[in-house]
Amino acid sequence: MTDIERGVLSDADRRQFHVRLPFGIAKILVFIGLLIAGLGPMLWLLKAAISPTQDSIREPLALFPSGEVQWGNLATAWQQGHIGFYLGNTAIIAAGSAITSLVVCTSAGYVLSVLRPKWGPVLSAAILATLFVPSIVSLVPLYLTVLKLPVVHTNITNTFWAVWLPPAASAFHVLIVKRFFDGIPREYFEAARIDGAGPLRVFTSVVLPLSRPILGVVALLTIIGSWKDYLWPLLVLTNPDLQPVSVALPKIARVTELNIQMAGLFLALIIPVLLFLVFQRAFLRGVGMSGGIKA
Amino acid sequence: MHRRFRAGIPALLFALPVLGIFLLFSWGPIVKGLVMSLQKTNLVDPVQWVGLDNFHYVLTDPALGQAVGNTLWFTFLALLFGFPLPILLAAFMAELRGRSWAYTVLAYLPVITPPVVAILLWRFFFDPSATGLFNTVLGAVGIGPQPWLNSPGTAIPSIVLEATWAGAGNAVIIYLAALTSVRADLYEAAELDGAGVLRRVWHVMLPHLRGVILIMLLLQVIGTMQLFTEPLLFTGGGPQGSTTTVLLLIYNYAFVNGDYGAATALSVLLAVALAVLSAFFNLATRRWSME
Repeated sequence: MTDIERGVLSDADRRQFHVRLPFGIAKILVFIGLLIAGLGPMLWLLKAAISPTQDSIREPLALFPSGEVQWGNLATAWQQGHIGFYLGNTAIIAAGSAITSLVVCTSAGYVLSVLRPKWGPVLSAAILATLFVPSIVSLVPLYLTVLKLPVVHTNITNTFWAVWLPPAASAFHVLIVKRFFDGIPREYFEAARIDGAGPLRVFTSVVLPLSRPILGVVALLTIIGSWKDYLWPLLVLTNPDLQPVSVALPKIARVTELNIQMAGLFLALIIPVLLFLVFQRAFLRGVGMSGGIKA
Repeated sequence: MHRRFRAGIPALLFALPVLGIFLLFSWGPIVKGLVMSLQKTNLVDPVQWVGLDNFHYVLTDPALGQAVGNTLWFTFLALLFGFPLPILLAAFMAELRGRSWAYTVLAYLPVITPPVVAILLWRFFFDPSATGLFNTVLGAVGIGPQPWLNSPGTAIPSIVLEATWAGAGNAVIIYLAALTSVRADLYEAAELDGAGVLRRVWHVMLPHLRGVILIMLLLQVIGTMQLFTEPLLFTGGGPQGSTTTVLLLIYNYAFVNGDYGAATALSVLLAVALAVLSAFFNLATRRWSME
């Protein structure tokens, strides 16, 4: 991911035996450590998912001590444990959150970076200020808000709107999109306007097509965020037919045999992992960017 | 000077989504939280203004002392074990010069793991019997079985272990990104002046990382003081309340007892504590950077 010309160690250092040997050993040790910590739990989970329950309990570190491999556990978890169904809910929730987030942060970024009305700085400050308020302050009132939306007095719990809308109020996402829009040369907007494009046309034909990388980052961060979320969907989606897999798994764990439980966990884990491996560049760029803004 | 669009109606229309969403789900709830901490509501009876009663109730609740103690102990342990690790890892990985791909991906896998999956999996790893996974590993190096989550003394350290595993990868990526911006000529200059490897780390790398390290320190403290999912799913706050955190207490007030006033009062107190901490931290570090 990162290209560094040189770090602490120079080329001359690297040729010296007393640097090269410990550095080489450290490389191997760190790699093994990361392998155990990063991949280990996942591989163990795969093993446990296709092992009989007693094998995992009696000899957790042995490979199939009873010689039995139960591939069927995965299918059982998918169908009887309804993991497939709950994963579908998770996907719907994640996709919807990504869309609402994108709508909010692109339009907001457009106002703050391109249209720049007189009240822009006030709006910008009001959004930024929320970064400094710990999310805990608003948890309970947010819950009461979705129980009874102001003005329209509708209860949106047990609808997907309850999980789609609140995450869109992310000051961080608005901020990174605005920063990206700030980097687009102003001449593009000027040229489009001379060609007779209105604000909407400039937005859809100039700004959005130029911003695909940042839109991808925001979408990925939102999807992963909602994939990982537990507390909020637990509170607002009490109807099991709407619950995401994160809320369903602890319930399944209470009533299901260990091997099926582990198969369920594995199925819930493998999708975000594949998503990460496919989009890892965008992911790591997004995370690195968050560091840049925090600093 | 670039001419602007004639702001006005179009700008307002484009601002509608962000205004609506932030009013409903960010600004509104923040203000409402402050107001509710002074009220008594149970969603059925009419709302009553009760002044500081909620704060009084929360501050005299015997469970608060233990929850604060647990939260601080957790924060301390997480800093002690969880904070230096990503810095060391990132410093090492930066030396791999762009060949760190496999390291980065491996370090980030735990971050991708949904917390619920990780917690349910680790709960099994923490099996306190002699055949539990971690106890088997310990047994192989001659250490007897540990009670892990089952004993008040080891429950929080066990959770710290899992939380460190789950969070380190994210910090590694952020430190790595910061390390890429260290200019190579600074290292070269230091090297020409005869600075050894350790002195280059101390005098070039660490000063460069200082800003990021300080911010990450503050963010980690703010994050760990809001620990919730882990104690809820690992232990439910037990054994003997040893893992009840402030946030779990808030959750219990609101969603177990239905006492929204007390829950928001405690939330406000926690937020104020975090704000004071951040202000103090800013002041201290500003003085330090000026020296």
